[in-house]
Amino acid sequence: MRSLQRIFAVAGKEVRQLARDRLTFGMILGIPIVLIMLFGYAINLDVRNLRTGIVDEAGTQLSRKLVADLVATQVVDVVSREDSVEALEAAMQRNEIVMGLHIPSDLERRLADPNRAAAQLLVDGTDPLIAGIAGAIVAMPLDVRARVAAPPPRTLLSARAFFNPEQRSAVMIVPGLIGVILTLTMVLFTAVAIVREREQGNLELLITTPVRTTELMAGKILPYIAIGLIQVTLILIVGSTLFDVPIRGTLADLYLASAAYIAALLGLGLLISTIAKIQFQAFQLTFFIMLPSILLSGFVFPFDGMPPLAQGIAQALPLTHFIVLVRGIVLKGAELTDLLVPLRNLGIVFVVAMTLAIIRFRKRLD
Amino acid sequence: MDAATMTDATRGVSVDAGAGNTGDGSGSSSGSGSGSGSSSNDNVGNSSGASSAGNAGSDSGDGSGNAGSTSGTRDPAIVAIGLTRRFGRTVAVDAVDLEIPRAKIYGFLGPNGCGKSTTFRMLCGLLTPTEGEVRVMGHSIPREAETVRPLIGYMTQQFSLYRDLSVRENLDFLGKVRGLSRRRRRERIAGSLQTYDLERLARRRPENLSGGERQRLALAAAVLHEPPILLLDEPTSAVDPRTRRSFWDNLFKLIEEDVTILVSTHYMEEAERCHQLAILDRGKLVAEGEPKTLIGNLAHTVLEVEGERLGRVRQRIAELGIARSVAQLGNRLRVLLDPGDTEAAERVGAAVASSGATIARTRPGLEDVFVAATEGD
Repeated sequence: MRSLQRIFAVAGKEVRQLARDRLTFGMILGIPIVLIMLFGYAINLDVRNLRTGIVDEAGTQLSRKLVADLVATQVVDVVSREDSVEALEAAMQRNEIVMGLHIPSDLERRLADPNRAAAQLLVDGTDPLIAGIAGAIVAMPLDVRARVAAPPPRTLLSARAFFNPEQRSAVMIVPGLIGVILTLTMVLFTAVAIVREREQGNLELLITTPVRTTELMAGKILPYIAIGLIQVTLILIVGSTLFDVPIRGTLADLYLASAAYIAALLGLGLLISTIAKIQFQAFQLTFFIMLPSILLSGFVFPFDGMPPLAQGIAQALPLTHFIVLVRGIVLKGAELTDLLVPLRNLGIVFVVAMTLAIIRFRKRLD
Repeated sequence: MDAATMTDATRGVSVDAGAGNTGDGSGSSSGSGSGSGSSSNDNVGNSSGASSAGNAGSDSGDGSGNAGSTSGTRDPAIVAIGLTRRFGRTVAVDAVDLEIPRAKIYGFLGPNGCGKSTTFRMLCGLLTPTEGEVRVMGHSIPREAETVRPLIGYMTQQFSLYRDLSVRENLDFLGKVRGLSRRRRRERIAGSLQTYDLERLARRRPENLSGGERQRLALAAAVLHEPPILLLDEPTSAVDPRTRRSFWDNLFKLIEEDVTILVSTHYMEEAERCHQLAILDRGKLVAEGEPKTLIGNLAHTVLEVEGERLGRVRQRIAELGIARSVAQLGNRLRVLLDPGDTEAAERVGAAVASSGATIARTRPGLEDVFVAATEGD
């Protein structure tokens, strides 16, 4: 009873301070909106208009048709014509083009030979996405090939995209974006929350009161769980109105999963706050969690393709588990009971982080 | 532990009458607290004997331990025996014995890093002693640290309330955290705002308050739950003399409400206002007693040299190697000489004679006591 009164006293105070801190308050609403706009519009996995250079050594009607067909796909945008492959490479080094097409002088003869490729596509291999695109272009059946009556290549497999048949980027990104935004804001806010109290001397006052460490931590976490859920709602509204992201699972499942995720993040944030001495260090440590979260969680690169060490590190990051949960619920229409493993993992991260935070917090007092 | 408590308790009963007398003495005259080591033993027994009464008091409600203590025997508010704290290999506090009488202002005087803050933290249960025992209102620390915490109000050295919450919100938060009921919270907040002249500032935030106003707020917050013991860590180091004076007036009012106040300081101005002083140096208790008694008992000789060009005079005195300290105040030098050396004063006089400066014995002050008791750099 007393304990609850203390927890609510801390939580109420936290909300009051938050409401007065315009910058933080703005960040709560601003970060999700700005990021979702940025990611939703700018990050486009449907690659188009790649700057391409052409070396046409054939100079025949057929070679011009080949280039025209390629342009018609809208994937390439011919920005320069060079005389040699070396010139293409140089242009690529200067970042004037990201792709080059080399049509040799014996194009017609090559087309007739089913064992040889007719032309060569030179790709800037430093960009993983563009390298992937090259594969798609190579597989593309161009009009030219059909006309020359080479037998159409037989495909072994055909791919069908479940849950996102049109392969829209927004659908792939927005649910994961919920996780990224929450990682950024939740970890940062809690990490700073206790460090600020220490910087301003408030902690010295609190330890002379009957507030226990666990009560202080609980009181600090509670308001942020609510704030995190508000952010989730905001992202969902923007995602579904602006980007037509479907929500196939139930909202209850989604909010439960989000709450578990937020709790794990807040645990990490509190842990950071017991390590950092000043707010700036808290910021730095937050980014130390932020970057691996984005890169290793499966948000950008497929989790299954990562080496075992990276997968191991990723297990400690809440985002890894949340990506599975949120994509499952939002896009695949899964129920929480189908996703008990990632949910349990979030629970483990929460308990471990909180325990460490409480132990470290106690030690620093003595 | 249990057995020890038992014998203590029985002894407490047996010496109760005697200790009661001592207590009465400390109630009427402030001098009795500077008792010798032999009497402290009796007091330990006494305090544990009264611990059951203290317990009953704290069970019946917050802060009523205060009321209970007035009717009970006047055993010391805090007793510490052999209090020691080590941090790694350094000894921050070394076997300190203390006995702090009730309803007095008890000062801890010492240079920076002498162990004042560490002692403070151990006395209120924030820090666990490496060795030794502390009893606060009869409760032993750290075993009963949770029971003791509500009995203590702590005003930190730095302003530690929330700068972005209003005066009233700060008090309300502390009231809630300290477990005061809604009604008592309302009464106490209204009362404190009035007592500490904060009513018109109730809606202001500390970031917009003056140093003195902040200090009143800090004091109001520390005593909001009416603790019988108040700890002040260098309370007036950052305010002007007028503010300091009115702050101490508030402290003396609290004494009349039977609050025991502990003050740590390195300002003579503050130290002189205390009923009783403990001087700490390098973790050890080097002197204890009433400021007046401490000054009166000082066996050192204090000389005052007045004249021009004191730099050379000062150097000459220092070259003698007999002065404990030489401090310049305007065109005067204050020379502290160790006791026992009867010729020291004459030798200083001889050294000074040629420079044309005048020399005279003068009455020692608290600063001389401090310098004599503590070792310099």
